[in-house]
Amino acid sequence: MNLHNLLDFAPVFDNMGKILSGFWATVRLSAAAGLFAMIIGTAVAGMRVSPVPVLRAAGTLYVNVFRNTPLTLILLFCGLGLRDTLGLWTHADASLSGYWLAVLGLSVYTGAFICESLRAGINTVPLGQAEAARSIGLTFPQSLRLVVLPQAFRTVIAPLGSVLIAMIKNTSVALVAGSLEAAAVMKQMFDDVGGTIPIFIGFAAGYMILTLPTGYFFGWLAKRMAVTR
Amino acid sequence: MTTTAQKPPQAPTRRPRKDKASVLFDVPGPRAKRRNWLLTLLFSLVFLAVIGLLVWKLAQKHQLDGRLWKPYTDAEVWQNYVWHGLWNTLKATIVAAILALAFGVVFGLARLSDHRWVRVPAGAVVEFFRAIPVLIMMFFALAGPPIIADAFNRVISPVSGFEAVVAGLTLYNGSVLAEIIRAGINSVPKGQWEAGYSIGLRKGGVMLRILVPQAVTAMMPAIVSQLVVLLKDSALGYIIAYEDLLNSGFYQVKGKFGNLIPAAIVVTVVYVAMNMMLGYFANWLERRSRRNRRSSAKIVNAPPAAGMESGVPAA
Repeated sequence: MNLHNLLDFAPVFDNMGKILSGFWATVRLSAAAGLFAMIIGTAVAGMRVSPVPVLRAAGTLYVNVFRNTPLTLILLFCGLGLRDTLGLWTHADASLSGYWLAVLGLSVYTGAFICESLRAGINTVPLGQAEAARSIGLTFPQSLRLVVLPQAFRTVIAPLGSVLIAMIKNTSVALVAGSLEAAAVMKQMFDDVGGTIPIFIGFAAGYMILTLPTGYFFGWLAKRMAVTR
Repeated sequence: MTTTAQKPPQAPTRRPRKDKASVLFDVPGPRAKRRNWLLTLLFSLVFLAVIGLLVWKLAQKHQLDGRLWKPYTDAEVWQNYVWHGLWNTLKATIVAAILALAFGVVFGLARLSDHRWVRVPAGAVVEFFRAIPVLIMMFFALAGPPIIADAFNRVISPVSGFEAVVAGLTLYNGSVLAEIIRAGINSVPKGQWEAGYSIGLRKGGVMLRILVPQAVTAMMPAIVSQLVVLLKDSALGYIIAYEDLLNSGFYQVKGKFGNLIPAAIVVTVVYVAMNMMLGYFANWLERRSRRNRRSSAKIVNAPPAAGMESGVPAA
């Protein structure tokens, strides 16, 4: 029995700097991708309920394509297609171009899910609200912005939180687009030191520190902001 | 008797096509119609400009040449790359789906146990695997077992990509399914199990004869929706060098023939078609269980992410 090797936490503490910089990259990716995904998701949700048929169709197409394509494929296309073939987003600093490509892929993918959550929220807004908005002469963008979306957002805080947490976990795929974050650091350590349990536990704990409080926060926020009807 | 059957007075053949009104906007009048046309035109122009730019860029790099589709006229390419990869993806998905269901049933029911020492560890396992990325589970499934075996002075054969993919997919999706199953059982009204106990059934009897049959209809849509997630996540196999559809049908084809766009289109179409079919199936199941009068359970939504209290209003 060689239990020393099995439960040796030394590699985790020796490489703490590397691990923390990996998770810092994860946080930066999550923050940027979360922001852009919210913008994309809200815009596409607005398109999907708009009076213009072409916008509705484009929104539906967007959601159906990006929601049903594996994120790995999207990010791989960003790396192989947009950067290597088309030469877009190339930057002297390879890690920077990888970062922005990963942000692009993640936000395009997550945006489709945010759109669908938001649309479910729009459906929960009572008929009378939208009718009242129309009857006082608000135009479609006005009623969406002032009456419908604020209520829709409040009802879907919990599902949006779930989408964002899934996105935080999905940043682990970003290594496909050449962005090195926590999962990539773990892979590298597995290659260097071997796949020991302590390293796995260390990285799992790191992800849990990111996902669980986010979950508690959104659960709390959803309760606090719940629309009483 | 004449053969000319009397026809009802014909409805006007061409009804003015009404733009569908919704709660959010009125049926467009003349001004709104003009505005909508303007927006349509504007959006189409922007859209076409973006597509045009992309096409121009791609054509410049000779990515749109017809010859790049040539490999797909060869049956061997389909056989050795696309079908080969698709089969591996389906294999991993089906095996992982079955194992995840078993995992979900065991841990979902364990979380409902009356015994604290069963309920708490089961809850910890489920929350743990729901809170971490699938990819790092796959990395560990690939690299961990040989090290563990080594600690016990055993040598085991290296874990295959297939095994690692299935392990990762099973643990994550099994944990989500456990939550769905727990929510499904909980969605059966209290009166149902009270009635079960009052006619003298024991715990197992109430579970098997009263709760499970009603819960199954309630959670089927959520289970099928989770299978879409499982199928999509199987593409993570590419990262650990499993020859799935993404690896074999896109990466390898692109590497061999240099046909980025055709390879991407083929693989995307296959993935989107498979997932949309599963998605429609889930929607159909949901409509069907909504009509179902034999089950008193409410339909289960996708469970909130780890860390969130269940019972938050789901949309």
